[in-house]
Amino acid sequence: MNNEIAVQNEEISAEQQFLNEFNNGLHKVGRISLIAAIIVLVAVPFVYGMANGVMPDVGGFFSGLFRVGIIYYPVALAEFLVYAPMLGVGGSYLSFITGNITNMKIPCVMNAKDIAGTQPGTPQHEIISTISVATSAIVTTLVIVVGVILLAPLQPVLNSELLAPAFNNVVPALFGALGLKYFLESPKIAAIPLLALTLLCVFVPSMISQTSLLLLPSGGLALAIGWFLFKKDKL
Amino acid sequence: MNGYLESVNAGYFYLLVAGVMAFITAICIVFLVKSYKAGIKIGMDKKVLKKTIMASASFTLLPSISILLGVIALSGTLGVPFSWLRLSVIGALQYELNVAEMSAQSLGMPGLNVSDLNPSAFTTIALIMTVGILGGVLCCIFFLKKYMKKLSSKPKKANESGKKSFGAYATTAMFIGLCAAYIGSYIGKAIPREGSDVMPLIVAVIAGLAMAVFEFFIRKKNIKVLENFSLAASMLISMAAAVGISAII
Repeated sequence: MNNEIAVQNEEISAEQQFLNEFNNGLHKVGRISLIAAIIVLVAVPFVYGMANGVMPDVGGFFSGLFRVGIIYYPVALAEFLVYAPMLGVGGSYLSFITGNITNMKIPCVMNAKDIAGTQPGTPQHEIISTISVATSAIVTTLVIVVGVILLAPLQPVLNSELLAPAFNNVVPALFGALGLKYFLESPKIAAIPLLALTLLCVFVPSMISQTSLLLLPSGGLALAIGWFLFKKDKL
Repeated sequence: MNGYLESVNAGYFYLLVAGVMAFITAICIVFLVKSYKAGIKIGMDKKVLKKTIMASASFTLLPSISILLGVIALSGTLGVPFSWLRLSVIGALQYELNVAEMSAQSLGMPGLNVSDLNPSAFTTIALIMTVGILGGVLCCIFFLKKYMKKLSSKPKKANESGKKSFGAYATTAMFIGLCAAYIGSYIGKAIPREGSDVMPLIVAVIAGLAMAVFEFFIRKKNIKVLENFSLAASMLISMAAAVGISAII
């Protein structure tokens, strides 16, 4: 029995070393890629401006950036804190540059995790989440490229009033399905956050449109309950 | 309109955006190949890796169409190429529309109205939209390495009881928090009062019921192949129901 445990520990230690090396590689490639991507993205408005003989209005830019930044930079920080642990190293770099994190990348990673049966914090999970996010981003790009090419003939169908209720409710469809799955998986963790967030949105209607701000306290509450139950050995 | 719409839909602008998208896609391919090779190296089953790719691709198709709809929605004011770029890189429809509106107001316009826009205003709006959404990317560049290091627990030793670490539950807990925030907002929105809307809750409930049926067959009847499709199919069923319910109401 002791020998078996020693062998297992050795394997885990080798895996951990591999994970550290693999993640360091991802950090290096990720940082370089993201810095290059920022330069390319910021260049786009300037290239357009040069082609049209105009430049951004400096006063308007700073005024607008202040209004936007005061709301969206704290939200970005909150999203970073909540989502990065779910996405892993490679998944985070790719998700934060390709966007659509809540509605696509996170569920995609969770789905892949379930299918592959990996555990967070393991090299296998890191690999699966990176593959999942990369595939998702590539497929999205391809779909949108095809869509942009076919935009003219597709527009009447996709913009038809008949289909509008379906696409207007794609996010509730996503969270209804995933909510059921995860609430069933850990009902002890889910009960209080679900009740608290429901009561908050029922009695403070202004919070309904602030879902992105609610994610941090809601995630924190679930995490705290999970930690408490874990410590009490009730999970 | 000072040739505004022509300028934001110009051929060179399409090519410029296509070039940026090719660059971002190249980054994704690098990460994909690197991870796939690492998976093989540590002895992961190729079938599992391929299954992950297939499942992620099939799962992504449906939400991608909704992003495409967002491109169409934005293209009327910002042109197709920039809408395509914004919703493919970092962006999300809700953010883009809000920020474009706020940017237009910061330039002294009443709002994002195509008749008020011109190439000069667009350049400023496009720059604000781009820089304003970089928060998450900057966090990754400066803090991700330290943050992940802090989160990762010390090397786990196998113990005799085989008990899982808290890390295994933490992700599930955080995701439960995420779902609770959304479901709570749908319930709040369904309460009869000004601006209420019961449709998101109805759609979420139908999606949940569909998922429950899939979970029954996956877990109780052991039909594992359904795992690949349960989420997308549940979404599709509830979205189709939304079309039907809207037609009746």
